[in-house]
Amino acid sequence: MQFKPYAKSLAVALSLAVLAGCSSSGGTQDGSMEGGAGSGYGSASGQGAGTSGQQSGSSMQGGSQDSRIPSERTIYFDFDSDQIRSEFQSVLQSHAQYLRNNGNATVVLEGHTDERGTREYNMALGERRAKSVEQFLSVQGVSPSQVEVVSYGEERPAARGQGEDAYAQNRRVVFSY
Amino acid sequence: MKRYLILGIGAVLLWMASAAQADLTIEITRGSDRATPIAIVPFASGGGALPEDVAQVISDDLERSGQFDPLPRNALISQPSSSEGVNYRDWRAVDSDYLVVGEVTPETGGYRIQYELLDVYGESRMLGEYLTNTTGDLRRMAHHISDKIFEAITGVRGAFSTSIAYVTAQGVGDDIRYALYIADADGRNSQEILSSGQPILSPAWSPDGGKLAYVSFESGRPAIYIQNLASSQRVRVTSFEGLNGAPAWSPDGRQLAMTLSKDGQPEIYVLNIGDRSFTRLTNNSAIDTEPSWAPDGRSLVFTSDRSGGPQLYRLDIASGQAERITFTGNYNARGRYSPDGESLFLIHRGSNGYQVARQDLDTDRLVTLTDSRADESPSVAPNGSMVIFATQQGSSGVLGAVSADGRASFRLPSAQGDVREPAWSPFLN
Repeated sequence: MQFKPYAKSLAVALSLAVLAGCSSSGGTQDGSMEGGAGSGYGSASGQGAGTSGQQSGSSMQGGSQDSRIPSERTIYFDFDSDQIRSEFQSVLQSHAQYLRNNGNATVVLEGHTDERGTREYNMALGERRAKSVEQFLSVQGVSPSQVEVVSYGEERPAARGQGEDAYAQNRRVVFSY
Repeated sequence: MKRYLILGIGAVLLWMASAAQADLTIEITRGSDRATPIAIVPFASGGGALPEDVAQVISDDLERSGQFDPLPRNALISQPSSSEGVNYRDWRAVDSDYLVVGEVTPETGGYRIQYELLDVYGESRMLGEYLTNTTGDLRRMAHHISDKIFEAITGVRGAFSTSIAYVTAQGVGDDIRYALYIADADGRNSQEILSSGQPILSPAWSPDGGKLAYVSFESGRPAIYIQNLASSQRVRVTSFEGLNGAPAWSPDGRQLAMTLSKDGQPEIYVLNIGDRSFTRLTNNSAIDTEPSWAPDGRSLVFTSDRSGGPQLYRLDIASGQAERITFTGNYNARGRYSPDGESLFLIHRGSNGYQVARQDLDTDRLVTLTDSRADESPSVAPNGSMVIFATQQGSSGVLGAVSADGRASFRLPSAQGDVREPAWSPFLN
């Protein structure tokens, strides 16, 4: 139970690192400004090993060779946001590891939105979400040639209905191998 | 006063039977309190039962416009078929400002219709016409008469003989089927143009009404196609990496504005259809999309979130300068000009959700026109009188329409699946 706060600070640190467009090798201005974030990152490698207990089998340093496509292939987003939520960082890392370890593998990142708002604007928002994942993977060392982005906007909902439950399931990026 | 009217299904010619599956019906949801009372007498038949009730089609057309309040049939005091049999005083007694009478006579291969529009208070004939047609399409003749009556009384060209394009989606998940249809403006005579297991969206009529541009994902990624409606031949005009969306014809039909993200961000480009050259019009780290041409072809309105959330901007094509034009609320998108260029119809998010709104460009005042909560894709009739849009009814996507002043509205529910992405054709004759 002590694990959670560490995981959170790891996530914060990682997303800051992604936002700053830096590689995973270390400190940024953003990190040092955020005080705790820098130390959070410092403890990340230790905690990262801890996350390897999760079903996605991810680990920060990618020690173990894994030729299986990670089973979790959808991540979800907040309303009107393309920020990677902290709970999905490990999913993204597992895909990054898989793609790094399997240089011939390619993935289509399908960006989706909920149905609210206009269709073509949502098409652009879906692309923004998928590109945010693409950038995360790139920072993690995945070759751009392995990744393609296709936005479906609100055109292919995973769930029908009007309400936050359905909307939340539809705001997503799907890894399609 | 709320009134509900379901169009009856007339006799349908055999060749239509398969195509009629996605016909839309009409429900009037809000009548205008300023509608002009008019009496439309059932047309006499000069030869037995007719496959269509011409007077009913005219009555439905005029009522749908929100500008007319047809007298119910059971309130008709007599049924003259020409001005000779009309006693104007009787029609004044039932408060009808206008009266329409006529007769349909079968002719070889088609029909002849004679009709008159009468001014009840002026006791005069405003319109009298003979029509003949060899295709046997009585509905088409009726829509033509509606156009003439509408113009004679309002001074505005009628748009009842136009068409709409729309997209249907049935099923969910991997089994979803998308189809692109065109139909008469009253939802009848639907014809499938394209069907796909992948999304179809953003149909746009060429200014001559002969082609549709649209976005289809049938290749697994978005691409813009132009399809000739008469020949069904089509060409794929863009399939760049990234977005290929929001096609919009220039008023002269020679250019197609669109959204492409091939150079990074979603930007507005213009394709010169003749020589296949592209011109990039925006250059911005924000989303720029949903272009629509001003009627004079010299500027475009588009949606951009460069200020944080989506707002409409006007881009002067000669100078390349864009200026923000919506400031009411934090979500204004998908603008479409009125045919006179004096107003924009758009989707505005207010406290009740996403609604069709009109912004008059001289005052910049924004007025919400609908009371629904999830409106999308407004498209303006070529005479500027109505706006058709997509909305939700229960859990289904349906088309709705509202008069440009917001006073009258109707819905076009479909028997199956979701209906969306309406596009009103230009005048077709």
